[in-house]
Amino acid sequence: MTKTIRIDGNTVPFEDGQTIIEAATAAGIYIPHLCHHPEFTPHGSCKLCTVNVNGRNCSACTFPAMEGQEILNNSQELQADRQKITQMLFVEGNHFCPSCEKTGNCQLQAVAYHLNMLDSHFPHFYAHRELDASHAEVLIDHNRCIFCTLCVRASQEHDGKDVFAISGRGINKHLIVNAESGLLKDTDLEATDLAAHICPTGAILIKHTAYKVPIGERIYDHQHIDQVSLAAEQNK
Amino acid sequence: MQAFVKNIAEQNHHQATHLLRILHAIQARYHHIPEAAIEQLATLLNIARTQIIGVIEFYSFFHLKPRGRYEILISDSITDHLLGKHQITAYLSEKLQVDIGEVRTDGLVSLDNTSCTGLCDQGPAGLVNGHALPHLDHARIDQISLLINQETPIEQWPTELFQINDNIIKRDLLLNHPLAPGAALQATFKRGLSATLAEIDSSGLRGRGGAGFKTASKWQYCRDEAESQRYVVCNADEGEPGTFKDRVLLNSYAQQVFEGMTVCAAIIGAEQGFLYLRGEYLFLYDKLHEILAERRQLGLLGKNLLNSGVNFDIDICLGAGAYICGEESALIESLEGKMGIPRNRPPYPVTHGYLGKPTVVNNVETFFAAAAIAHQSGEWFANIGTDKSNGTKILSISGDCAKPGIYEYEFGTSIETILNDCGAEELLGLQIGGPSGLFISDSELQRKLAFEDLATGGSFIIFNKQRNLLDIVNNFTHFFAHESCGFCTPCRVGTSLLKNQLDKIVDGHGSAGDVVALEELCALVKNYSHCGLGQTAANPIISTLARFPELYQSRLKKISYEPGFDLDASLETARQLANRNDAAAHLTQVEQD
Repeated sequence: MTKTIRIDGNTVPFEDGQTIIEAATAAGIYIPHLCHHPEFTPHGSCKLCTVNVNGRNCSACTFPAMEGQEILNNSQELQADRQKITQMLFVEGNHFCPSCEKTGNCQLQAVAYHLNMLDSHFPHFYAHRELDASHAEVLIDHNRCIFCTLCVRASQEHDGKDVFAISGRGINKHLIVNAESGLLKDTDLEATDLAAHICPTGAILIKHTAYKVPIGERIYDHQHIDQVSLAAEQNK
Repeated sequence: MQAFVKNIAEQNHHQATHLLRILHAIQARYHHIPEAAIEQLATLLNIARTQIIGVIEFYSFFHLKPRGRYEILISDSITDHLLGKHQITAYLSEKLQVDIGEVRTDGLVSLDNTSCTGLCDQGPAGLVNGHALPHLDHARIDQISLLINQETPIEQWPTELFQINDNIIKRDLLLNHPLAPGAALQATFKRGLSATLAEIDSSGLRGRGGAGFKTASKWQYCRDEAESQRYVVCNADEGEPGTFKDRVLLNSYAQQVFEGMTVCAAIIGAEQGFLYLRGEYLFLYDKLHEILAERRQLGLLGKNLLNSGVNFDIDICLGAGAYICGEESALIESLEGKMGIPRNRPPYPVTHGYLGKPTVVNNVETFFAAAAIAHQSGEWFANIGTDKSNGTKILSISGDCAKPGIYEYEFGTSIETILNDCGAEELLGLQIGGPSGLFISDSELQRKLAFEDLATGGSFIIFNKQRNLLDIVNNFTHFFAHESCGFCTPCRVGTSLLKNQLDKIVDGHGSAGDVVALEELCALVKNYSHCGLGQTAANPIISTLARFPELYQSRLKKISYEPGFDLDASLETARQLANRNDAAAHLTQVEQD
């Protein structure tokens, strides 16, 4: 007999070893997320995928699906709080969507739209962050890093390299690269690496491609992130 | 330096798990971790340089840039503030001609703040090159300044500067009856391992770190794991401000703590144990190693101890200034030589702990009590206390009272009794369990010390009516923002937002909606954070807002909106650039009605 969990009252089958988000995705249920990617080791840091499991908040991307779980995902309270967690990410860094070349292709922006975020709500930190434009083909704009570690994991787990890491503590966390100089140009990163393409925001960009796809014709200009995400992740 | 680093790496068998102890050695010798050492270590330990940089930047006691040859840190705990920390630091800064957070231009001395050093009963306290300095006053600072300016090596400083007292004021069941080395182990082997676990079970012993998980269950789960390689870890990362009982237990009862670990190891089948000692307790490090050596001599550690067939030994790992490492999975990460970031759970340490193997992590006091139970019996312990909280609890009491120090009480004792014993007068309230615990007011003194009422890791900080509650809450809130590991969004961003929002109110820039905004933020950080740090970081605000709402409201301006910063001060650069200082170049903070 198939094992099942319930998400917002719907019965969802799962297999042993699946996390809640994996079971949900397979069943066509979208749970907002930024640091989760089906190909890589779950990280559980952005907390957007928080769901309520039998009365307790858990990260859907790391918490295993188990028989008897009654899960709230699309509740008003969770969506409102996810919006605030997204707003935290916006005020922590410096995210100016209208002038960012990732606009329209940005998952942070798309999640914000999905959660109906209309302002930044919290006071901005106006953090002073640097650019690393040293690499011929790839740019790091630290202003937009949300410490999801997708680049770290993609480099280690997919590219067979170890280009990126997150260093520091608390609000002083920052992305570092594996070069004595500390500059991206001195790492073994290539523009074809998955790590150079996986950033959910505009923190890691491929140079010379900025406006090849015009604004208005980008991924999230006509589709919501839930559809895009489910379509992509169900194929994985 | 190359030879030094090579030698240290060799002594540590080129193990990446030993990264913290290697960095401690380099930091002590060179007052920072030079870039060349990072490069060399990356090769020698075969790890990415980014992992080394990550660790250096994570722990407060490691630095990428040189600190002074004499590095002075002053404890920023509220208990040190109550004892005049602010004024003492200012005096020190003046005497040594160095600003807080700076290195003197000649590189001789640096001065900075640090989180609670665990000397709350003998503050204001500090550290010089990691060595604890209690009872800082003007006379001592004069003496210290002279020693530093004369460049006297720390080993030659007068020993009374480093004299730490136990201050045990009240002993009960456990502190009154210290065990002779080997007594609990002999009783354990005589009774049998399963029978001894049954005694631990019937004693009802629950974890003394504060969470209160049943000790016997933890040991049983670990024992039941299929994986044969298992570990015992003693959590001596006593970082909760206001807590210092583990310092005293390790100073005067370490034999019994190690004995408790060994009993656990015999029961669960572990051959290796670790004491994770907080970096602030460096002064105990050599002494504890001597005790371990003595136990090996006595046949209480090592191969086939007491001819039981059990092999077990204990190593000591020194922390490096990170409160988060008191969280058991962060502690395990740190033991493995990494940043102390709490793991995702499940799996739990009892199944996947140190190096992914089944691991029991218990508090110092838990092992201390377990040894006594193994020696006596479960019933002996269970006869004391309340239905749900058996035995006694050792408290660290500090703040506004006549007799700060260590007190052991039977569970169920009323707060009023405890306050009478320690000589607390003119009470405003007290913080139980440290900043992550609860603030109770003087109207709640009939409440009881117990898991079912006031659970605590043992920190009692007492405040009298002269104290300003908001200053206290502010100190705690800044502490959490400083100690957040930064892994998850709600805690990384949320604790800093809480700090800023509270500052805004405390500094008198708050207006009508700001307390509501503060409450909303508290709920977010509490409900969505990854681990206990974030889940409790808002407790100081939540518990005082519930009891003293008028105090917060009284700081608000009677206007609908007030900017969160000083408008006029922000114009200063512009005024200088424009070379103006006329009335029109100034702004008032708000349009007055």
